[in-house]
Amino acid sequence: MQRIINNPDNVVPDMVQGFIKAHPDFIQPTGHERVLKYAKAPIEGKVGIVTGGGSGHKPAFVGYVGKNLVDAVAVGEIFSSPTAGAFYQAIKEADAGKGVAVLYGNYAGDVMNVKMAMEDAEDDGIEVKTVLANDDVPSAPKGDEAKRRGVAGEVLMWKVGGAKAAAGGSLEEVIAAAQKAINNTRSVGIGLAPCTIPSVGKPNFSIEPGKMEFGIGHHGEPGVKITELKSADEMAQMSLETILPDLPFESGDEVVVLVSGLGATPVMEEYIFFNKVEELLGEKGISIYRPYVGDYFTSLDMMGITLTVMKVDDELKGLIDADCYSMGMKQMKI
Amino acid sequence: MDGFKAAKGKVLVEGLVKTIQENKGYLSEIDGAIGDGDHGINMNKGFSLAWERMQDEDLGLEGALKTLGQTLLNDIGGSMGPLYGQFFRKMARSLKGKEEVDAAAFEAMLESAYGAIKELGEAKVGDKTLVDTLDPAIGAFKGAVESGKSFSVALDEMVAAAEKGKDSTFDLVAKIGRSARLGERSRGALDAGAVSCFLMLKSMSGSVQQLLGEE
Repeated sequence: MQRIINNPDNVVPDMVQGFIKAHPDFIQPTGHERVLKYAKAPIEGKVGIVTGGGSGHKPAFVGYVGKNLVDAVAVGEIFSSPTAGAFYQAIKEADAGKGVAVLYGNYAGDVMNVKMAMEDAEDDGIEVKTVLANDDVPSAPKGDEAKRRGVAGEVLMWKVGGAKAAAGGSLEEVIAAAQKAINNTRSVGIGLAPCTIPSVGKPNFSIEPGKMEFGIGHHGEPGVKITELKSADEMAQMSLETILPDLPFESGDEVVVLVSGLGATPVMEEYIFFNKVEELLGEKGISIYRPYVGDYFTSLDMMGITLTVMKVDDELKGLIDADCYSMGMKQMKI
Repeated sequence: MDGFKAAKGKVLVEGLVKTIQENKGYLSEIDGAIGDGDHGINMNKGFSLAWERMQDEDLGLEGALKTLGQTLLNDIGGSMGPLYGQFFRKMARSLKGKEEVDAAAFEAMLESAYGAIKELGEAKVGDKTLVDTLDPAIGAFKGAVESGKSFSVALDEMVAAAEKGKDSTFDLVAKIGRSARLGERSRGALDAGAVSCFLMLKSMSGSVQQLLGEE
């Protein structure tokens, strides 16, 4: 393992300290060492937005704390849910009296810890509602969507929920918008080489040279099939063939596309992949309203790529267009 | 009535801490087969931290279990943090005000722990989780006590049932938690939570047997 770390058991606290120091203009520490907040949060009159999850997915989750996005985040160990106490503290940091929306991914540990945190927050009189992202198509068959994992579609859920809250939406409206975003979103991932949790020291799964794993999860959960390594164009085609029929996305639809590397993927290759995605969508009469290409939601040093597509209506378009500022996403009208 | 003094019960938690520390690598290795390979690391972190906090404190069983539970809950996260955190907190709560821990009190402790697991997760027997160890273990302990066997024999039967339950997870397909995403591919490996639960019940049993011998 060749990594830029100190004690492998301390990668999360070491990272958190560096992150705070690097972004003093919009990130602030809190009384809980595993909770960070937007410097202006809680914002009067605004619903608070909270997320959280295991570390190792940079920019997720801390990278989406900022203006018109997430107000407070709970930081977990590598690939491991934050504690209930951290989620509870994040909820308190984000609450301005209008309620808090916890927008997070569908993983057993996160679900348990958020549930316990919500009970504590409700005892304090804070109204909390949640949306569970479940955009990863290969993680469970159609009809069993509630079992699917949340992956890069979470970024679009935060974008939409954050913009709705910033526009003065009530807790119910923010939840409804975030839920609509995730309901309209489908994702798929392809892994080419595994990732290594620093404290474990060796890859936690393997992909043979010359092969790729289609449908891989954000922690290396096995995909639906292992195939010969394909070209970027073929990868784009396989990904769309999985995603499009599932919603389904149809001719005439407008979509937001988010292509993310998984950590060790050269950004150049993400553009090669996107080039074909755009072409294939065009052939199907689906137009891209706004694309995002870059490392938005990674998996340590995994080599691979994810494709996320969200069907948009007028409300989602307006929310996706809203300005925002964070480490992971900076957007302004030009 | 055989039992042991709750005030002397901190050794149960000391035993648990040692067990987890000694099995750190083993648990991670098992978890690596169908999970992400950090079960032993996270458990070791939590148990070691809890022991640091309590080793110089004058605690009985209730206090030691409570410190262990609070630490797992507040400092570990993941799914094991809340599950085992509540497991030990509820055990501690069931001992409130008890000076003597007899078979009935021990049974109540196990039932409370199981109640915490049921409240948080939805796992049932056969889902390839720690419930596959815990459920038969409690059943065996209760059955032995009901049929008039001693505390010590009931503990032996509990450990035997826990081991059998733990081994049963090898052939099961995971229905819940991260390994459930593997479907059929989760068959042919032990569940790390079922193994850690077995190791802990075995350790607690050994500590109680020792205390019973001293009484």
